[in-house]
Amino acid sequence: MTAKSDLPQGTLDLLILKVVALGPVHGYAIAQRLQQVSLDVVQVPQGSLYPALHRLENRGLLTADWEETDTGREAKFYRLTRKGRAQLETEAASWERLTAAVGLILKMSEGGVE
Amino acid sequence: MNWWRRLWRRKQMEQQLEKELRFHLEQHANELIAQGYNPEQARRRAKLALGGSEQVKEQCRDARGTRWVEDLLQDIRFALRLLRNNPGFAAVVLLTLALGVGVTTVMFTVVNGVLLKPLPYPEPNRLVTVHGHTETWNSQIYGEQNVAYPDFLDCQRESRSLEIAGTLYNGATLSEPGQPEYVDLREISSNLFSVLGVKLAQGRAFLPEEDRRGAGPVMILGYSFWQQHFAGNPEVLGTSAVLDQKRYTVVGIAPAEFRLYGDEADLYTPLGQDTAAYLQNRAVHPTAIVARLRPGATLANAQAELSLVGHHLAEEYADTNGGRTFVVKPLRPPVDDVRSTLWLLLGAVSLVLLIACANVASLLLARAVSRERELSMRVALGASRGRLVRQCLTESAVLAFAGGAFGVLLAALGIGPFLTLWPGSLPRAQEVHLDWRVMLFAIVVSLLSGLLFGMAPALRAPARGLEQALRAGARTIEGTARHLHGTFVISEIALAVVLLVAAGMLGRTLLRVSALHPGVDIRNVLVTRMALSPGVLADPGKIRPAWQDVLSRASRVPGVQSVAIVDTVPMREGNNQIGYWTSADVPPANRRPVALATSVSPDYLKVMGISLRRGRFFNDQDRMGGELVVVIDDVLAQNAFGEQNPIGKRLWMPDMDYGPFTVVGVVGHVRHWGLAGDDQAQVRAQFYYPFSQLPDQSLRRWSELMSVVARTNLAPLSVVDSLRHEVRGVTGDQVLYEVRTMEQLAHGTLARQRFLLLLFGIFAGLALLLACIGIYGVMAYLTGQRVPEIGVRMALGASPVDVIWLVLRESIGMICVGLGVGLFGAVAAAHLLEHLVEGVRRADLSTLAIMIPVLVIAALLASFVPARRASRVDPMTALRQE
Repeated sequence: MTAKSDLPQGTLDLLILKVVALGPVHGYAIAQRLQQVSLDVVQVPQGSLYPALHRLENRGLLTADWEETDTGREAKFYRLTRKGRAQLETEAASWERLTAAVGLILKMSEGGVE
Repeated sequence: MNWWRRLWRRKQMEQQLEKELRFHLEQHANELIAQGYNPEQARRRAKLALGGSEQVKEQCRDARGTRWVEDLLQDIRFALRLLRNNPGFAAVVLLTLALGVGVTTVMFTVVNGVLLKPLPYPEPNRLVTVHGHTETWNSQIYGEQNVAYPDFLDCQRESRSLEIAGTLYNGATLSEPGQPEYVDLREISSNLFSVLGVKLAQGRAFLPEEDRRGAGPVMILGYSFWQQHFAGNPEVLGTSAVLDQKRYTVVGIAPAEFRLYGDEADLYTPLGQDTAAYLQNRAVHPTAIVARLRPGATLANAQAELSLVGHHLAEEYADTNGGRTFVVKPLRPPVDDVRSTLWLLLGAVSLVLLIACANVASLLLARAVSRERELSMRVALGASRGRLVRQCLTESAVLAFAGGAFGVLLAALGIGPFLTLWPGSLPRAQEVHLDWRVMLFAIVVSLLSGLLFGMAPALRAPARGLEQALRAGARTIEGTARHLHGTFVISEIALAVVLLVAAGMLGRTLLRVSALHPGVDIRNVLVTRMALSPGVLADPGKIRPAWQDVLSRASRVPGVQSVAIVDTVPMREGNNQIGYWTSADVPPANRRPVALATSVSPDYLKVMGISLRRGRFFNDQDRMGGELVVVIDDVLAQNAFGEQNPIGKRLWMPDMDYGPFTVVGVVGHVRHWGLAGDDQAQVRAQFYYPFSQLPDQSLRRWSELMSVVARTNLAPLSVVDSLRHEVRGVTGDQVLYEVRTMEQLAHGTLARQRFLLLLFGIFAGLALLLACIGIYGVMAYLTGQRVPEIGVRMALGASPVDVIWLVLRESIGMICVGLGVGLFGAVAAAHLLEHLVEGVRRADLSTLAIMIPVLVIAALLASFVPARRASRVDPMTALRQE
């Protein structure tokens, strides 16, 4: 197995919102997609995926409906609400600001601080 | 889905959660099978990847945000199940709590209605009264001073910050329509109803132009009077009625329950129309004032303003108003008489409630200890300490609320009987209802008691020494628990001691004062107020002959032995206090000794059966123009003359407007203030003066106050009809009212003591019963826990007597400590009772000698039962239990 990183605090919610933003999706698919897209680097503990989904649903960032999958089975599909989309945008923006800043600091040359 | 729906559709939520996770697992497993795993392995791997499905579910439930409610519901269901499984325990606990909360709620309902509720007028905090004030006036003896009518008019005209209304007590004979009758009359200024902010039930209030001399006579009927005499017929408006020979037009009906000073008047007339001479005199102070602060004005404004008015009046009319000022105070309900009784009773019921709480606490604790194993098991399975405390408190809260609900039910049933039991009339009784304040009180009291009795078991619950508890099966209890149980028993006994001693003191007081001689022979004496014909009163020349006629006619009524007239009657409301001095250089009013003055006709002594000690009583020769005479009682004789012979001595009394008087006789002291109250009364000395020597200018006022007293040789009330008929006068409009017997009056003076004794008796009985149940419960439990130990002792040779002694010793220890603590409380209670209840003496604490053994015997009996049971333990069975 390749080396895996634990998710920083609070980023699971952001990742879930991003995945759901791409279209209605059920819980298993979210787990799959996170793993595939991140090239197996991000390992989402499946056990904490569902509490996170339910929490986001309760906060009104996601809604859920029971729909049929391609294989004709019933599954709970999550969608982004208007509030969820706004939340995603602010969180994504702040994440980018943060990573950019962290990146700048890491690229700093030794003794470069004047 | 919102919070409520998530809570409401809990079952659906659970199913969906289950379905969602199952879908995930199957989906994952299918994928693994497609990758080449066999189905068994695939399912296993999928499960491992997800983690423990129960834990995931728990976390999802937590995420729902409805968790604490679900826990609460679960706890409540659990608590109810526990109660259902143990109906005996539940019944005892609920009954105890219901009694405690019930009696407390009844008392609080009364306290709330009578003492706490604001006055039933809009913006009651803007209402004030205005009293007269002089340096020499002792408002402790005489009450607050009213205001002279001209002074009232001046205040009304001058004040910018107050809208002032005045009222005047009076009585009058209503001769039409119907039978002549004496009515309770209130003369009021035209703005009274608007100042108070109340609307009339029917018709209109008086107009300002009717509130003047010479205006057309108009009257307003009191609501109850209207109901009783006119059957609530609104057509009475506009009809006329004859009051003291003057024809009035009825213009309005006062609102129901309108009681400004505690009692409901029969009729109202305009104060400004009264032409009586005393109303023009600034030295006579009959007008009571009620006023409303105008918008923006404060009490301080009003006080400053009226002080100035008083100052001006004092300068202008120095002889009548010198040194006289006005005091503005917030208007309070007239409930001073009952305040102390009500707080006393609320205090007593709180003790009962505390005992009930201690009782329930010890029962719960006993159960908590025997549940220790269950609780330890739950800790072992992962329950947190907080969770267990929460569960225990929920159980207590369930008990408290159920008990409280029964208690409120009891209170709702009990409040009516309590009010009818109240001696005399309870002021504001019509305002005593179960309202939101009472409900709030009951809820808070229930919750607090729940907390009180639930705290000890709850804090105990989280198992200490987990494995020990599990291993031992919680059969032996540690010292702290025994200690805690002991504390409950001790406090129950202490509280019961306080109530028992209070009840005992009241009982002894009642016995003692009932046996006191009232100074009059109360058997076969009729006492009734009488109103002469208004036609006679209007003509001073006719008054003396009219009273002579009443006396001679009354004495001819069959069954009447002797008859007299008198202004103030012993043990009835009303007295006349007069300062006296034994020489002509009389000191100022506030330094004169004071005595009760009674104006009588000569046969008064015979009618009342008062003993003559020295000299003579009055006779027909004591009349106008003769020597002014008085007869004094032995208290006044002692106070004024000591060991000297008072006969022939003289007394100066400036308040009487005439004198000095010569003492011609000494009679025995009469308990004017009632059997219980007289010893502690501030003014006890008494003197009598002949009605026949009253100067003409006082005759009319006095005639309005006189009562007829008659000694009969039949049952006193049986002569009333013929007496009424005989004295009705030529015009047929002389009436008797407030007919009583002396026995009723004497009985009535002890009504408060009897009432308190009854209630304290009930409370003390309850306390004793609860304490005994508590002691029995605790001892039975503690002894039950010691069965193995007792088995060992018996196996080693202890006899049954030794075992009984072993158990009794423990309870005797608790009883003794409880008694000791209780005695301190009892002494404090005795102190309080002595202050609040007439006739109670601290010496009556000796009732301890009777009450304590009662308590000790009851407590020992309660602990003897478990002791005996313990002595019959079979050692072999007991040892096998361990």
